[in-house]
Amino acid sequence: MSLSPPAIRCAQLVKRYADVIAVAGLDLAVETGECFGLLGPNGAGKTTTIEILEGLTVPDAGDVEVLGRRWTDGAQARVLRERLGIQLQETQLADKLTVEETIRLFRSFYRASHAVAEVLALVGLEEKRRAWVGKLSGGQKQRLAVACALVSRPDLLFLDEPTTGLDPQSRRQLWEVIGRFRAAGGTVLLTTHYMEEAERLCDRVAIMDHGKVIALGTPRALIASLGAEHVVEFALVDGAARAPQPEELATLPGVRAVRSGPDRVALTVAEVHRAVPALLALLERRGAELSLLATHHATLEDVFVALTGRQLRDA
Amino acid sequence: MRDHPLGQLTLARMREFYREPEAIFWVFGFPLVLAFALGIAFRNRGPGELRVAVVRGPGDSALAVALRGAPGLVVAVLDSSEARLQLRTGRVALGVTPGDPIAYRYDSTRTESRLARLEVDAAVQRARGRADPVVVRDERVTEPGARYIDFLIPGLLGMNLMGSGLWGVGFSVVQARTKKLLKRYMATPMRKSHYLLSFVLSRLVFLFLEIAALVGFGWWMFHVGVRGSVVALGFITMLGALSFAGLGMLVASRARTIEAVSGLMNLVMLPMWILSGTFFSYARFPDAMQPFVKALPLTALNDALRAVMIDGTALAQLGPPLAIVVAWGLASFAVALRIFRWR
Repeated sequence: MSLSPPAIRCAQLVKRYADVIAVAGLDLAVETGECFGLLGPNGAGKTTTIEILEGLTVPDAGDVEVLGRRWTDGAQARVLRERLGIQLQETQLADKLTVEETIRLFRSFYRASHAVAEVLALVGLEEKRRAWVGKLSGGQKQRLAVACALVSRPDLLFLDEPTTGLDPQSRRQLWEVIGRFRAAGGTVLLTTHYMEEAERLCDRVAIMDHGKVIALGTPRALIASLGAEHVVEFALVDGAARAPQPEELATLPGVRAVRSGPDRVALTVAEVHRAVPALLALLERRGAELSLLATHHATLEDVFVALTGRQLRDA
Repeated sequence: MRDHPLGQLTLARMREFYREPEAIFWVFGFPLVLAFALGIAFRNRGPGELRVAVVRGPGDSALAVALRGAPGLVVAVLDSSEARLQLRTGRVALGVTPGDPIAYRYDSTRTESRLARLEVDAAVQRARGRADPVVVRDERVTEPGARYIDFLIPGLLGMNLMGSGLWGVGFSVVQARTKKLLKRYMATPMRKSHYLLSFVLSRLVFLFLEIAALVGFGWWMFHVGVRGSVVALGFITMLGALSFAGLGMLVASRARTIEAVSGLMNLVMLPMWILSGTFFSYARFPDAMQPFVKALPLTALNDALRAVMIDGTALAQLGPPLAIVVAWGLASFAVALRIFRWR
């Protein structure tokens, strides 16, 4: 890609906890200036991975290099801390401090930093400057958390599920904040289990499952790997009794792949206008009655389902 | 321009404290309530009245008359069974059965009863014609310094230093840990020593308010003065506050939940509330326990505070107790730093 060294490089990363292997031999390279997403269900090892890269968790094995430095060297680690902006998944900032006081506190830890007003403008919290953190909405708290990460003018921003639990409007506001940071040349590594977020924000995503990367590429390339751009889902009134066999469905015009789920069947389809009439005709011949028929553009979720046979959100 | 991280951390500590009304009450209000209640309950009353029973029988009325003539005795003539009942339930201090010899019935472990016996016996002997060979004169004084409240205020001060040190530090640290705030700080270049020191500094600021509140209240309400130097008092309380901040840090160094740290806190504080001479003198404990009791930080602190407030002792003579206070602080701080769980 580019000639400059990657912002993050890790090789053969392993982290075991008492009875689970959270990260099982992971390799990644994040280029300077890109927004890289770790996408996967809960428990896939995203948080463990990002915290190892942030230098907060020590891996059992493997090699990590961030901005050309290593966490294992105390002096380098300290320099590195100055250049990173980090938002953790579960941090609750002190309720009884105001927004401004919180930012000033975090600001005081860094040698170089934005002025308080600058960073408030970056995240759109100017009006909440004197409000107690405890009185903020979920979205405002999350933007404050990102503000505390941005206050050091970082080169590299780590965001761990920054929009989980937020309403759509708050989510969009955060996306704008991330967009502005990138426009100014920053590198972002984020984790998410929202494929929409990954498709919208990330230049590249790594789909993780059971502590491993199972797919890596641009969102467009990953979706294209399904071989078709559309997904047609249907379900029948009386379930499996009159359902056509998967082999039968696979022969319908325009159908590239068939997946039978517990309550519905999903077809990956190149041409919806040819596949759907053929499907309806087939069901008609068998006397099966539809209880659901839906089509959508293929998403990263479909990529995950195709790779693992499970849904992303309840995997 | 950049704020100093230690300054900002200390400010954050202080803001979190004074914006929490409950914390304000427990640190400032509660000791005053306690001092007020105990000061009232144990105020020095005039010469107490001693109730004694004369058991009904031949000669009871003459005996009762003789006893009624003695100041401070309240005499009731009762049937034998009633007298025994009242004696057993503590309503009378002594039962007197007329006859020859006159019998005194009382519990010799009760101070009140022993006093009643002395008074009654003196009255009985005088009534029978005993003459005192020596003339004596009573000089009655009630001087500040010897009252219970004079003993209590320094003890409450020590107890408060312990309580606010342990709670103030321990609670905030564990709260920051459970809220993953400690971990968030670890993701910045913040120095760990700055974080820990900020607790010590904010304690010092509030310390002076604590002393002023309690000592001022004692003086205004009960005329409890400070015999020694106020500077010495300030210095001792500062050492005490630092020492207990260190102990608080140690108690909070590993705990992951508020429940766990509360339990530990009580485990540390409860023995000292009882043993360290806050409400009553630790001289009451058996000799075998004394070395242990004296080695406790609160005991040493209370001793030093009383020495300055009541006896007016100079700071230079308080080396041993202050050394104990400082040693506890330094040792707990050092151990806390080593075993502290930063995430």
